Amino acid sequence: MPKQEWKKVLVIGSGPIVIGQAAEFDYAGTQACRALREEGVEVILVNSNPATIMTDRETADRVYIEPLTVESVERIIERERPDGLIPTMGGQTGLNLAYQLAKRGVLERCEVTLMGTSLKSIDQAEDRESFRALMQELGEPIPESIIVSRVAEALEFAQETGYPLIVRPAFTLGGTGGGIVHCAEELEQIAESGLQASLIGQILVERSVAGWKEVEFEVLRDGVGNCITICHMENMDPVGVHTGDSIVVAPCQTLTDREVQALRSASRRIVNGLGIEGGCNVQFALHPSRNEYVVIEVNPRLSRSSALASKATGYPIAKVAAKIALGYALTEIKNAVTGKTSACFEPALDYVVVKIPRWPFDKFTEADRRLGTQMKATGEVMGIGRNLETALLKAIRSLDIKAYGLRLPELEGFGDAELKTACLQPDDRQLFVFAEALRRGWTVEWLAEKTGWNRYFLNFLRRLVETAVLLEQAPWDKKTLLRVKRLGFADQEIAALWKSTEDEVYRFRLEQGLRPVFKMVDTCAGEFEATTPYFYSSYDVEDEGEVHKQPKVVVLGSGPIRIGQGIEFDYCSVHAVLALRKAGFESIIINSNPETVSTDFDTADRLYFEPLTLEDVSAILDKEQPDGVVVQFGGQTAIGLASGLARRGYKILGTTVEDIDRAEERGTFDRVLQELGAKRPRGGGATNMEQVQRVAQEIGFPLVVRPSYVLGGRAMDIVYEAKELEAVVRRALAASSDQEIWMDQYLLGTEVEVDAISDGANVFIPGIMEHLERAGVHSGDSIAVYPPQTLDLSMQERIIALTESLARSLKIKGLLNIQYVIYHQELFVLEVNPRSSRTVPFLSKVTGVPIVDWATQVILGRKWDEIKIPHGLWPTGERVAVKAPVFSFSKLQRVEPSLGPEMKSTGEVMGMDRTYEKALYKALLGAGLSFTTYGSVFVTLADRDKAEGVALARRFADIGFRILATEGTTRYLKNEGLRVEQIAKLHDGSNEIIDGIRKQKIQYVVNTTTHGRVQESDGFAIRRAAVEHGIPCFTSLDTAAALLQVLESISPGLLPL
Amino acid sequence: MAYLVFKDGTIFEGEAFGAWPTGETLVTEREVVFNTSMSGYQEMVTDLSYAGQILVLTQPQIGNYGWHHEENEADKTRLQGLIVRELSQGEGSLHSEGSLEDYCQQHGVQGLMGVDTRALTRYLRQFGTLPGVLVRTRESGSTFWANFSGHVEAKRESEAWVYRSTVKEAYEIPGPGPLLAVLDFGAKRNIIRQLQERGFRIMVFPAGSTPEEILKHHPSGVVLSNGPGDPEELPECVATVRSLYDKLPVLGICLGHQLLALAGGGKTYKLPYGHRGGNHPVVDIRSGKATMTSQNHGYAVQEVSLENSGFEVTLRNLNDGTVEGMEHHTYPILSVQFHPEGAPGPEENAVIFDRFKEIVESNLSRKGRV
Repeated sequence: MPKQEWKKVLVIGSGPIVIGQAAEFDYAGTQACRALREEGVEVILVNSNPATIMTDRETADRVYIEPLTVESVERIIERERPDGLIPTMGGQTGLNLAYQLAKRGVLERCEVTLMGTSLKSIDQAEDRESFRALMQELGEPIPESIIVSRVAEALEFAQETGYPLIVRPAFTLGGTGGGIVHCAEELEQIAESGLQASLIGQILVERSVAGWKEVEFEVLRDGVGNCITICHMENMDPVGVHTGDSIVVAPCQTLTDREVQALRSASRRIVNGLGIEGGCNVQFALHPSRNEYVVIEVNPRLSRSSALASKATGYPIAKVAAKIALGYALTEIKNAVTGKTSACFEPALDYVVVKIPRWPFDKFTEADRRLGTQMKATGEVMGIGRNLETALLKAIRSLDIKAYGLRLPELEGFGDAELKTACLQPDDRQLFVFAEALRRGWTVEWLAEKTGWNRYFLNFLRRLVETAVLLEQAPWDKKTLLRVKRLGFADQEIAALWKSTEDEVYRFRLEQGLRPVFKMVDTCAGEFEATTPYFYSSYDVEDEGEVHKQPKVVVLGSGPIRIGQGIEFDYCSVHAVLALRKAGFESIIINSNPETVSTDFDTADRLYFEPLTLEDVSAILDKEQPDGVVVQFGGQTAIGLASGLARRGYKILGTTVEDIDRAEERGTFDRVLQELGAKRPRGGGATNMEQVQRVAQEIGFPLVVRPSYVLGGRAMDIVYEAKELEAVVRRALAASSDQEIWMDQYLLGTEVEVDAISDGANVFIPGIMEHLERAGVHSGDSIAVYPPQTLDLSMQERIIALTESLARSLKIKGLLNIQYVIYHQELFVLEVNPRSSRTVPFLSKVTGVPIVDWATQVILGRKWDEIKIPHGLWPTGERVAVKAPVFSFSKLQRVEPSLGPEMKSTGEVMGMDRTYEKALYKALLGAGLSFTTYGSVFVTLADRDKAEGVALARRFADIGFRILATEGTTRYLKNEGLRVEQIAKLHDGSNEIIDGIRKQKIQYVVNTTTHGRVQESDGFAIRRAAVEHGIPCFTSLDTAAALLQVLESISPGLLPL
Repeated sequence: MAYLVFKDGTIFEGEAFGAWPTGETLVTEREVVFNTSMSGYQEMVTDLSYAGQILVLTQPQIGNYGWHHEENEADKTRLQGLIVRELSQGEGSLHSEGSLEDYCQQHGVQGLMGVDTRALTRYLRQFGTLPGVLVRTRESGSTFWANFSGHVEAKRESEAWVYRSTVKEAYEIPGPGPLLAVLDFGAKRNIIRQLQERGFRIMVFPAGSTPEEILKHHPSGVVLSNGPGDPEELPECVATVRSLYDKLPVLGICLGHQLLALAGGGKTYKLPYGHRGGNHPVVDIRSGKATMTSQNHGYAVQEVSLENSGFEVTLRNLNDGTVEGMEHHTYPILSVQFHPEGAPGPEENAVIFDRFKEIVESNLSRKGRV
């Protein structure tokens, strides 16, 4: 039992979604908060990310959406005076914050106890030197290594040990700044960026064990010393690729029991040695044939892997870790899954789980897609199957990359030489590359030798490839069909091989009586009766998911976190589920993302952990026979399934499929606008250059070019001049699935976004948001402000009126999101999304309106007045809220950091205060901007921006900044009477700019691009240098102006007499 | 196709692998049990405690790393059948000597793969450990049960299984330390290995050895091994144990533990569906701390029956409260229901061998003083 009674506990979240830290910490933090409140503890929560369930008023007793900086958390602690703080639920961000709060004496001064794992243990696990000392004491092998704080020391070490070496910075997330190096030159480069990335200016340089098996253990230990391993996992790819970018299998498949036990015992020795009280993750490299292992890494906190382990086993790791932090022993905690047995046990899996990361290279086509020690994935999916093949294929189709099997069309065109290169250099397509190689008859032996992949996994791929061939040769053969369904082949893949359609295969399959059954994830492999309603499909005999007769509704989740479809949609799905439960329906959720709250075992009445594809969803609907399916909360993934589901006769609740199509299809939507007399930017479609020229002439420049059917602004560009048009159009045509592009007039106006609820007659608008950046920057990458700061009342009334008529004429039932642009006092409609949007959580938090709850009730058919939804616009309060995007550019090499019509941010933060400036300050601070109030600004502007840039430069100068600029900009600014120092351009052979950035001589970069997309060498190099060295880089003058607005209010001036 | 058929008509379908009798061989019903360990199929297949049983593995991908002789827990198997969802060919290891399938083929294990093992496990959980028959056709299964006259809860001829599992004659393993007698009822190799690692000289005795045969070698302690079947059907072994346990330090493991309880006047009973797996939490009553244990037993010691036995329960299963360990009030006896040697399973309970070593050594030095 707890020795201490905890009254008030502070939980720190992980902030915005960035590569290396995604939704898993919303899941962990939410579960922890619930566990604490279950024990009667008052929970104080701080997190800057509004799109989280943890920041709901229902999750904690008091929620602070504030920047995650030491100062801001310190202020909260001073005010709230909690008696405890749990540092291990908020990822590396939370851990680092707690660490600094403790180091700076804040915790001691305010009498706050660090709960669970002690500061000493955290220190010992995180600080390389003390960790190494402990490992030596415990006799645990670690690779030869040295910790250095200077590049020269690293080079010295390399001379002794030779290459390859791995560079890992201390105290970072997602391996920022690390990498494998093969020569002195590489070492120099990576060591330097690693030193920059490390919070304590240290890097570890160690002997590379690339090629060994990578194995992870998730461990829980309590204060009395009970220590259990929840799950072991094995990477399909060998050591060398960051585990966040690895394809992971649980439980370990190629290890003998002796190997499993040896590593399990080692992880227990380490966790005991560290004195962990809570969760811990231990990573090993295991030699593929020798009886040898080394410890690679230990994370003394909940992690991405612990979220995966939690979903893979059904064991609520975060919940139990929170109880341990309160002082409970594992033996005192019940297994919430069985409700009978103890939580002090190790889950047994009777299925196989495969995790595949979701990479952003479909968006960032120019990015360096090679995988290494730097994590690049934004999210992940998990497939559960009763064999490895099924788990793998389910995970593949969950990725939502239009792959339904092991084929990727682009690889079929690869020549052998190209394919060979691809085999040798791991990137995101690795699985498909291997499959293609095997299809061409390349041997498993060759692949194993060249890639270090285990033969076991390669043989699986080989058998899947061979089976596909057999399948192709046996169209409409029942026996073959059964065989491949048991291996997890998708109807869609079968249809492709049988030259048929998915629907035909589906019909044939049902005629043959082939349907999947559903099995339960129960933590104990069936040994005990379990009560968790957590299911996955399998072509097996017995279905154990008893169907209930009560009214029920299925909610489709949104799949993996990716750019353009983030945690916001999980937030909405979870709230839809809560609303359903409240309304007396059995709530059923389908999702494939292991990082989320929606896939927590106690969120919905039933969880189906399955891919979000027509086939997998149909199977569940066939079984459950629900009253309907809700598609509008799961982003484009769920909306995309609506028409297929409707075609198969399932009932879509809310806005009908026809009306969804009317909003999404350009032609029909134009007619809707015409009827309403509403305007949209002029535009037209084209399929060839001739048409392109004609349309361009009609609408004039600048114009926006995009493929006709894409998600999240992929392959969109702004074209300012005729001469740029052709190159941009070619690229867009290539990205378009139907070889058609759309061109729109680009209106340089103010962008406004609105979310609304409607039942087709009544309309309610929770809020209008104004974008800080002009139209042209993707709405997801813009800073959004609520309430609008520059719109007058009459414009707001026009927005309300048009929103209402759009909702009515589109017969929206539920949510809709509209983006407008105001240009020369005229209102234009940019797009209408007949679904929940990215801004719903933000608006819900700032207004307090239960948007999803009300929308769900409308969807269920309840009367407007019964729900008591108001009409028109919700009155604004005293608070101003600013939503700022957060990017992960530093982790994605070669990605263009400038803002444009394609979305690039991975996450968002919210700043809220009583004035706009303060809210903006908090938002920018939360987004990671450090407000340096003096120093140098480097300005380089495209010609079209120069006039406007003068004012900005002057404002920088007025508060005391030195202005540095390149030749043209210097000339221009000087002409305008500014003091400017000229820096030589890169292509003149000078390294002055990059050097200035690298050596922190420059505090801000303002750089606007000349061409929409073309990576002109100078500007691109400057922007990349800035993001890689953590120097704020503004590519939109509006964002720079926002920064200035804050700087002007916080910087003391420099006024010599 | 091949089938596992139960008396109530429940049939599980799969594909045959391994060694199936050809022609008109007599089919016999065998107890069907499941194990939830996620690793260690090789150790389980060669664990003699499964003698005569049909073993269902709940982890679905089996055979992944092939077969390595050094991981066998005995040089033979007495397993009747092995049921899995998926059978791999064993490419997962670079130095595999063969496959699980080959081993079953060569050692007379009837395999059945492609079975809905989760459904089967749930069936066994619901109805308890039941006898079933492995047959080539559904008809031969139903014919068998139609003509079946035996008791529904078929005996496993436990006596015979222990005697078919034990060594034929005593043998010695040299070592620098004191001599231990190991009474082999079907001992797992890792028990012997653990004792060897602690420096003991070891003599392994067949199950039917008499106290005299053992004592004449003047051992400093006795280890009662694991083994198959119902302990109550081994009265002669119980008698042997009874006459040894007041003379020497004793370590009882699994069946050995049950024999000790019986020797002390206690009782054993059959668990509904046994404990088989590598994740069973056992709590030390004195310290309150729990460890994960490897288990494989269908019978357990009845706690109330120990009242006047001189034994005290020291370890208990955290899930169902069953007896997991005992010590004697008077004599230096350590007894555990689970497998401290793991293999497969957690290694953390190997400390029990350390404790036993201390007991043997302190007993020796006390005797020395006398």
